[in-house]
Amino acid sequence: MRPFTYQVPSSIQKATSDFGQDAEFIAGGTTLIDLMKLEVMTPSHLVDINRLPIRGIQITADGLRIGALEKMGDVAEHPEVVSKYPVISQALLKSASAQLRNMASMGGNLLQRTRCGYFRDVSTPCNKRQPGSGCPAIDGWNRTHAILGTSSSCVATHPSDLAVALVALDASILLQDRNQDRVLKLDDFYRVPGETPDKENQLNPGELITEIRVPRLPSAQRSVYLKVRDRESYEFALASVAAALDVDGDQIRDARIAVGGVGTKPWNLPKVRDALIGKPLNQQTFEAAAKLATEGAQPLRHNAFKVELVQRTIVRALMNLETLA
Amino acid sequence: MNRHPNDASEARSLPETDGQPVSSRRQFISRLAAISAGITVAAPLARSAIAEGTDLEGRFPRQDPEGGLVEISLKVNGRPEKIKIDPRVTLLDTIRDRLDLTGTKKGCDRGACGACTVHINGKRVLSCLTLAVMAHGEEVTTVEGLAKGDELHPVQAAFISCDGFQCGYCTPGQIMSAIGCINEGHTGSDTEIQEFMSGNLCRCGAYPNIVDAIKMAAQRMKSGG
Repeated sequence: MRPFTYQVPSSIQKATSDFGQDAEFIAGGTTLIDLMKLEVMTPSHLVDINRLPIRGIQITADGLRIGALEKMGDVAEHPEVVSKYPVISQALLKSASAQLRNMASMGGNLLQRTRCGYFRDVSTPCNKRQPGSGCPAIDGWNRTHAILGTSSSCVATHPSDLAVALVALDASILLQDRNQDRVLKLDDFYRVPGETPDKENQLNPGELITEIRVPRLPSAQRSVYLKVRDRESYEFALASVAAALDVDGDQIRDARIAVGGVGTKPWNLPKVRDALIGKPLNQQTFEAAAKLATEGAQPLRHNAFKVELVQRTIVRALMNLETLA
Repeated sequence: MNRHPNDASEARSLPETDGQPVSSRRQFISRLAAISAGITVAAPLARSAIAEGTDLEGRFPRQDPEGGLVEISLKVNGRPEKIKIDPRVTLLDTIRDRLDLTGTKKGCDRGACGACTVHINGKRVLSCLTLAVMAHGEEVTTVEGLAKGDELHPVQAAFISCDGFQCGYCTPGQIMSAIGCINEGHTGSDTEIQEFMSGNLCRCGAYPNIVDAIKMAAQRMKSGG
């Protein structure tokens, strides 16, 4: 690991001082320390934000608010998150391991880096790690890579399960720096790679995610996270679905749906949603809607199976919700 | 590269080292890294002096302006420890190499295997992905801290009764994780135990016996044994 200096500020004001381009915030450290050991990330200064007052899990009239430093494990097991936002609890419980969930923060989860093997291996080129150096995944080993939102520069998937659940529920994040607070829809926060895969989101240097805000939604209570992977636990998704349904008798009143493991960012599916709303609650509706999920998909040599896999995962997730009447 | 001007009052500056003998290996390495990274030497050295004077008093690690070391205090198995340490050093290496508690094992060193599992303030975490400086002021428990004299912790005893290991390398991590699993209430079924122990790999494949040991220990701990 490269040398760095370390500091523990006690206020957001101090934490968001200008520490320069090669400083990084550290919260749980489960992504950062791993990548520092691999020398994929080489900050010269670490700002440890763990003593900042950005904690708390609150259900308000507007919805759910989660302080960015709350641990994944604590949010996953919070009784009101379990009962009112099951998709969030399930997405968290299907992430990583119990130990990692005790360490990793909610804000850090949203900023975790891709698991693309070329990104993690400094002996290979990678446009995300070293802009302009090339993308070996496009013609290389790409079974786990993205089919949606890809570009000729990058085909890496976004690894977060939590982000998929939050995008489905139309969540926002509060960003704070020295000068201003701003609220962004999480869906708008993430960027597709285009020609600049190193720029993964809208975060400015020195800016912190301090809170996650999930709106109050009638559908959230009837929601599910379904994750398909190479092993049943402690593994990243090949395809995952966050889905929520609000039903009126046999008719779908509202639907929320996003998918993971297939996109370069958590992939929101507004067309699938539109194809569900107002339709009868049955398998035919689900299958017709799921077909729209992969419009524009660009499969690679090893990952074409994801096209059908993600469609079927959507249908299965919606059928799970149907039986939750 | 430098701090915001408003915080200048809080920053302490280092003695000028250019043209003088390098005072420590740590600084030497830091200078080399800075040169190889193509940035000026002055900036990282100046930054190593960043220490929020008031914040660091008592509660927070103190940055040593001489060697780039940080002085931390933590409790390990109930014993207070004070250590001067390079901020790069993990809690795992600190426990093993500085405190000579070699029960905690280094498996992958990348957060993938669970062999390094310890408790911080009673919660199971991976010591290989925790910097020692981040454990400043915290209570750490390792496998050496479980037994009361000659009396084994119920989970240790159950691992022996159920033969919950073969080579034993993953066992300290399995035991620390199993205590977490039981305390968190995730022993309702074999499937639940498997799911909540999935962060601990056993290459010998002692999994069925590990699950048995956890069920046995959970029973004993529930009945106060």
